[in-house]
Amino acid sequence: MNETPKAIAGPATYLDDRLGAGSFLKRNLRKVFPDHWSFLLGEIALYSFIILLLTGTFLTFWFKPSMGHVEYQGVYEPLKGVMMSEAYASTLHISFEVRGGLLIRQMHHWAALLFVAGMMVHALRVFFTGAYRKPRELNWIIGVLLLTLALAEGLTGYSLPDDLLSGAGLRITEGVAISLPIVGTYITFFLFGGEYPGVDVISRFYTLHILLIPGILLALISAHMVLMWVQKHTQMPGPGRTEHNVVGAPFYPAFMAKAGAYFLFTFACIAGLGTFAQINPIWLFGPYTPADISAGSQPDFYMGFLEGALRLMPAWEINFLDHTVPLSVLIPALVPMGIIMTGLALYPFAEQWITGDRREHHLADRPRNAPVRTSIGMAAVTFYGILWLLGANDEISTHFHIGLYETTIIGRFAIFIGPAIAYWITYRICIGLQRRDQDILSHGVESGVIKRLPHGEYIEVHTPPAEDIAEHMRGKKQIPIVPGDDDKDGIPPKGVRGPIGKLRAAASKFYGTDHVPLDGHGHHDGHGDGHDEHAAVGAGDKPRELH
Amino acid sequence: MTDNELPGPDDEARVPRRVIGTPAQGTAVLGTRPVETEVETPGVTLPDPADARKAERTVTLLFFVAFVAGIAFIASYVVFQVGSLDKTAVSNAALGGTLTVALLALASGVVVWVRRIMPKYNLVQERHEMRSDDDTRGYVDETFRAGAGESGFVKHKMMRRTLLLAAAPLGLAPLVLLKDLGPLPGTSLRHTVWKKGMKLVVEGTGQPILAADFDSPGGILSVVPEGYEHDLNALAKATLILIKFRPEDLKSGTIKNWTYDGIVAYSKICTHVGCPAALYEQTTHHILCPCHQSTFDATDGAKVIFGPAARPLPQLPIGVDGQGYLIAQADFDVPVGPSFWERGDAEADAREARGNQS
Repeated sequence: MNETPKAIAGPATYLDDRLGAGSFLKRNLRKVFPDHWSFLLGEIALYSFIILLLTGTFLTFWFKPSMGHVEYQGVYEPLKGVMMSEAYASTLHISFEVRGGLLIRQMHHWAALLFVAGMMVHALRVFFTGAYRKPRELNWIIGVLLLTLALAEGLTGYSLPDDLLSGAGLRITEGVAISLPIVGTYITFFLFGGEYPGVDVISRFYTLHILLIPGILLALISAHMVLMWVQKHTQMPGPGRTEHNVVGAPFYPAFMAKAGAYFLFTFACIAGLGTFAQINPIWLFGPYTPADISAGSQPDFYMGFLEGALRLMPAWEINFLDHTVPLSVLIPALVPMGIIMTGLALYPFAEQWITGDRREHHLADRPRNAPVRTSIGMAAVTFYGILWLLGANDEISTHFHIGLYETTIIGRFAIFIGPAIAYWITYRICIGLQRRDQDILSHGVESGVIKRLPHGEYIEVHTPPAEDIAEHMRGKKQIPIVPGDDDKDGIPPKGVRGPIGKLRAAASKFYGTDHVPLDGHGHHDGHGDGHDEHAAVGAGDKPRELH
Repeated sequence: MTDNELPGPDDEARVPRRVIGTPAQGTAVLGTRPVETEVETPGVTLPDPADARKAERTVTLLFFVAFVAGIAFIASYVVFQVGSLDKTAVSNAALGGTLTVALLALASGVVVWVRRIMPKYNLVQERHEMRSDDDTRGYVDETFRAGAGESGFVKHKMMRRTLLLAAAPLGLAPLVLLKDLGPLPGTSLRHTVWKKGMKLVVEGTGQPILAADFDSPGGILSVVPEGYEHDLNALAKATLILIKFRPEDLKSGTIKNWTYDGIVAYSKICTHVGCPAALYEQTTHHILCPCHQSTFDATDGAKVIFGPAARPLPQLPIGVDGQGYLIAQADFDVPVGPSFWERGDAEADAREARGNQS
């Protein structure tokens, strides 16, 4: 193209004359975005959110957020003449009498699941690669807020159709809210406009679900994007990539097109799921009544860990000065969520305190190179996973023929033992992978060629690893350790005095000690830079102690 | 934008090295006018033109598929009506299927376009520390202090304090406004609609229950108060389960005076978080709440034998009226459903009250 077409140049000039957008575009049109498959996970959540806004708006055109009682007169035969809330009746109407209504309703539900799932895997990627480190701590906090809000958004949305299944979820929410000490009954009465279920909660949840929470989500997502844009994306270590540059494809045209295609893929997935995978067939459950429930009731997957915690907890209730503290509700409802969300929010700051590392980080860590962090992460994943599984213990019991109570009892032990085992196994895997990297860097890769030396010895020829892979491996960074040793007068350095300081020094040593330094084992004796026949067979098998 | 060149690993294969004796790319060959060729920018590897032409055919095909599927979507909307389960299923499959195909084809087309027609990029940009330089910080700091001084906010103490004073009640106002979201709990959680003489009726049909007819040892019946069959607020607390036992099966936890001819009525609302405890195992006499699997022994005052519920399901005193229909003798004497802060040890109080009566 020799000249920008008039249709674009005209409006562009008009806008630039008034907004001065040119200098912004000059800086940003060719903004470089690094490439890695794992950087796309957050985009799933972003695009799902856009689809949620679109499909949700469609649903509001017909949905009636009212608990007023009506007799069903729609086309679904089995429920004709049944008394139900307007909310449920209008959901049936959307499902059966609006063309595309069922499709959009199912897409909305699937998009919600994908939204939360996308956020979770994205958060795990950011955690395990250390991409939350300075200067990105604030964006990480925004992410934690987004995840929390997404759970609330899911809960409020899930309750709207007012079918028997969603009502069970609402009842549990009420049971948890009313158990809170001091304020519980008040919160419940204010939320439900009096006693459960009342006639207000659907319309109130509706306002929260379609206005308040999405509004905050939209604002926070925008902030999340702006910060990512301004701070530039992290990149994986590799050739030519440093802490001071960013290597990749330009926003215009490559990244733009890729992002557009990825949005369309997400959209297509959700459309396919909405078409072919039935979800929440509310007409099968019937209208809500607090007197009934169906066995095997399950919440959406992201609520499963809370459900599992409630099921796992043994009975425990104390009476305290004539007041009731229902610990068998309070502990499972608040503690796991508290551990996970607070843990996520505080982790960057805790790590900074332990390592004393206040530098900016733009090169992502490979998970193996920060073994303690990775192991803590996997322990947390296991903790969450066990709770999540136990949220479906009745299904596990039915499908795997294990006694129902046994699943609960096993879960009560597993919730403590599982994370510890996961920590240990992950740690060993990280160290093993680090050794493998070190082997590859110092010995090269086995070429499959066996060579006989003049004196009769057989060796396998090793070739150096491909340069990009080698660079990727050499990207390993030392985790700083707070100096904790006493000086010659026996006085510990500043910052690690006193019991908390001692704890910090010990934690720092534990967290940062590199057990497999890349060049620490003297394997560079002469054949690190050679080209072929180094490393006789067996050279890599020297027993090495882990210190 | 590009600051330096980074030859990618496959540069050699894709870009022919300059042959000695020929001019470098982008320089004039004839005269001084530069030839119009696509100039290689550092970090931008152009695709092979032949391959790009091939890819264009693929992309075109995919975009065309998307076009056809899009038309089919609109046609499906017109052709397939909804209105019954089967019709809705067909409409759903047609609309969703065409939409999925259209989106997939479009997405795939763009991907092929990016990967095979657009260049391979390996551009490099500098990062800069996020922090502003010291001069800027100093300037902002100075400006802030100057502005604070000019505004008089620091100097005029009375003004500052009354401003804070003025803000405090206005900040509370939105909270105060929320008060009318609901009534205060009062003692409403301690009572249900049951009272002496109220008939027990079957949930769903509304039939009163003749004590003599309810004769299925091991059976369980879901029961609601007469006149409140559709009052969800009443049902959320007053729903019962009715079980008939042989009198010798009943253990000490069950209050025998409150049963009638071996028929016992317990609250159906689980004492854990309020799900209906709807499952009953005949052989063991266990009541199971399907939500969190709290299990109660129906023969022994519905005491907890497993799960997170901490208290038994409250028992309702029942009897019969003149015609032999089951009626309530009184309301529950403890609050039903999930525990709450103000509940206290209602069971102990109730035991004491019962002791005084007898």
